[in-house]
Amino acid sequence: MKKVLMPLVMVALLALIPFVGVQYAGLSYLFGVIIPYTAMVVLLAGFLMRLADWFRRPVPFRIPTTCGQEKSLDWIKYDRLESPAHFWEAAARVLSEVLFFRSLFRNTKAELHKDANLAYGSHKWLWLGGLAFHWSLLVIVLRHSRFFFVMVPGFTDFLDHADGFLDITLPTFYITDAVVLAAISFLVFRRLKDAKMRLISLQTDYFPLFLIAAIVVVGVLMRYVVRLDIMPVKDQMLRLVNFSVDAPGEIGTLFYVHLFLVSVLAIYFPFSKLMHAGAIFLSPTRNLTNNSRQKRHINPWNAEIKFRTYSEYEDDYREKMKKAKLPIEKQ
Amino acid sequence: MSKYAPKLSELKKEFDEKPSVLKGDYSAQEWWDRPVEFRDGNWCFPGKQEVLADLGFANPRKWAATDEDWQLPADWQKTISEGLQSRLKKYRSLKLFLDACVRCGACADKCHFFLGTGDPKNMPVLRAELLRSVYRNDFPLVEKILKGFSGSRKLTKAVIKEWHMYFHQCTECRRCSVFCPFGIDTAEITMLVRELLNLIGVNNNWILAPVSNCNRTGNHLGIEPHTFVQNIMSLAEDIEDHTGVNVDPTFNRKGAEVLFITPSGDVFGDPGVYTMMGYLLLFKHIGLDYTISTYASEGGNFGMFTSNDMMKKLNAKMYHEAKRLGVKWLLGGECGHMWRVVHQYMNTMNGPADFLEVPVSPITGTRFSNASATKMVHIAEFTADLIHHKKLKLDPKRNDHLRTTFHDSCNVARGMGMFEEPRSILRSVCNSFHEMAEDTIREKTFCCGSGSGLNAEEYMDIRMRGGFPRANAVKQVKDRHKVNSLVTICAIDRASLPPLMNYWNPGVSVYGLHELVGNALVMQGEKKRTTDLRENTMAGFEDGGDDDE
Repeated sequence: MKKVLMPLVMVALLALIPFVGVQYAGLSYLFGVIIPYTAMVVLLAGFLMRLADWFRRPVPFRIPTTCGQEKSLDWIKYDRLESPAHFWEAAARVLSEVLFFRSLFRNTKAELHKDANLAYGSHKWLWLGGLAFHWSLLVIVLRHSRFFFVMVPGFTDFLDHADGFLDITLPTFYITDAVVLAAISFLVFRRLKDAKMRLISLQTDYFPLFLIAAIVVVGVLMRYVVRLDIMPVKDQMLRLVNFSVDAPGEIGTLFYVHLFLVSVLAIYFPFSKLMHAGAIFLSPTRNLTNNSRQKRHINPWNAEIKFRTYSEYEDDYREKMKKAKLPIEKQ
Repeated sequence: MSKYAPKLSELKKEFDEKPSVLKGDYSAQEWWDRPVEFRDGNWCFPGKQEVLADLGFANPRKWAATDEDWQLPADWQKTISEGLQSRLKKYRSLKLFLDACVRCGACADKCHFFLGTGDPKNMPVLRAELLRSVYRNDFPLVEKILKGFSGSRKLTKAVIKEWHMYFHQCTECRRCSVFCPFGIDTAEITMLVRELLNLIGVNNNWILAPVSNCNRTGNHLGIEPHTFVQNIMSLAEDIEDHTGVNVDPTFNRKGAEVLFITPSGDVFGDPGVYTMMGYLLLFKHIGLDYTISTYASEGGNFGMFTSNDMMKKLNAKMYHEAKRLGVKWLLGGECGHMWRVVHQYMNTMNGPADFLEVPVSPITGTRFSNASATKMVHIAEFTADLIHHKKLKLDPKRNDHLRTTFHDSCNVARGMGMFEEPRSILRSVCNSFHEMAEDTIREKTFCCGSGSGLNAEEYMDIRMRGGFPRANAVKQVKDRHKVNSLVTICAIDRASLPPLMNYWNPGVSVYGLHELVGNALVMQGEKKRTTDLRENTMAGFEDGGDDDE
């Protein structure tokens, strides 16, 4: 259980740091200005560095995993998405992974029944949970753009309305808040419930889930429970996006907790498995066309190899070849 | 049955009674605390000293996986660390696959070895984690600071033993990579870890002996030129006895239009030889101007299971020989990993093949533009095109004694994407064809359990377990549709599936696709045929009964 509790304790401690720091030590400048800026720099620089680090490594061989019929004879229909023959088909394949988690949609669950019989069932829960989690997060992040512009942009208003269409509670309840918390619960729960998942999970798998959950919970508290005055929050965020280093005004401590946890997530991001967000675009089994017999793929370091030539072979076997009446080059 | 495999009843009992992660048993023991135990049936004999010497490979010595001390070279840790670093620089795939995994578990129950052993380290995610844990320890800085947090560990001799065990319980079949949301391909990781292990002399004789043979004689079995010719000629004689048709193949003939290369298993092994007879009949039937080389007499490439350099070295013979003989293009026989090499590696490694012409079928005029750079056509593409253009005289009734199902070979399926051609041929040459369950065919096909050089007798225990998901899917169509013939287009399948079927599904025989083509082909000037190429009686043709309806 250590691998579940440790990250939980870590997140709790992390949440306490700004609480104590702002409430009792008056470090609002540190938590409101210095740390957020640092975190953003680390996130951007780190993310780009990691991408560049992958990008500069060569792709020596064309190794798409073909999950559908190749392009071959004219009368055989090929699978444009799963066995792409053109760049744009491969791009569509990658996008279908990024936007809809296509490969996860295939997921099955294998069960070993009595007398050595295997059965496979469709198992889309991970796909659904993952999709709900990532899409809600995206909507939530985009919704937050209302804090970054003096005039709230149109699409933010639209998202706001769509997300709050249930129109219950005041302020309007956002569906994504509930969805993301439900999805996180599911993602944690499946790691605990299933023996396979329990075994493969590491602290690094629980930590970001707990961290994001904490960020959401604090956000929800601010909005629905404590009812934080958002005007000073917006002022502070506007200052930050305008690269101002002025001290923040009077804002409730919960805001600093929220902002600090977001900063921690941003700093953690480039050095962790969260980089899968970038990796998914570069995966050579998904983003390459399956046309390596039609167009030569170049390996920049193509190794020089000395192979055994025909003449060396004939030198060794000439007499035997003659006896077998095989044509030979040299008598 | 092999002394290296448990009795079927014992294995079934184990499946029913022994708790396993697969069945939801969590024993609270972390994977890195679980011991690695070598016992009869779960390790392959190591490379013989003379084989290693012949290849110039590291650390030839007498040893066994069950030894306490594996006699690793003094600087083995440095060799592995530096080897890993240099491969991380050369392969984006390796780096990305080590970095990107989120341990979502989608791959966990997709591996045939996990389904057959219940051993958690056979979940693809953990197989990769065996390397990843060491990589994290040695490489990225931050993860190093947070050791216990990220599950990293030191590279020790115990880790090497673990790698040897589990990277030889992966057949590089890529089934996991179909299900992975990031396309992480364990085959890629296994290939590179096997490269690393070879650097310190941790190896498998069943892989390295064929590599050495292939380098020297041109084929895995170490058949010298005269014997190679003799064998094919004796198959030709069998064909003549059987059908009255003389197929007269030629060898090392300059100026032929096509060089035909197939795995040497088709020349020597049962039931591969019947597939070879099918090819010979087909080529005779259409009057193809082709030749067979004794020098490039191997389609398969066990270099692929050794190192990428070795793969390139062995594969280089194909183009070298095509150039010497002055053929126009290459035609390749039925094989799995051979086709991964030809399709995804050959032209990159040993091309450009600009001395060859874009393959055009001399019979139908079809231009194989999908092979316009590599200039090598798969026999199933070639034959499917012939049948589509109605250029073959076929009598599918001659396969009426066979009730077939089709096994997609891993590499052809997931490393090439050829699904329809073999099916279209099969439907044309036989009347009874039943697909196995949807989750076990096409891109989701299950490996035979013995691919990637694990077809050793002494490995029977693991092979019968690894092949269990495939065998189980066959059993379902056997029970439901009385299927008695498992058709495949892979030479390793033809060697490994017969013992697998004997073990799990007695009564099911294994066939190469072109053996069925050979049965069905109505040859010009043939005598009355009452038996198939295996001399089994054909249904409806007995006692010289009429076949003129």
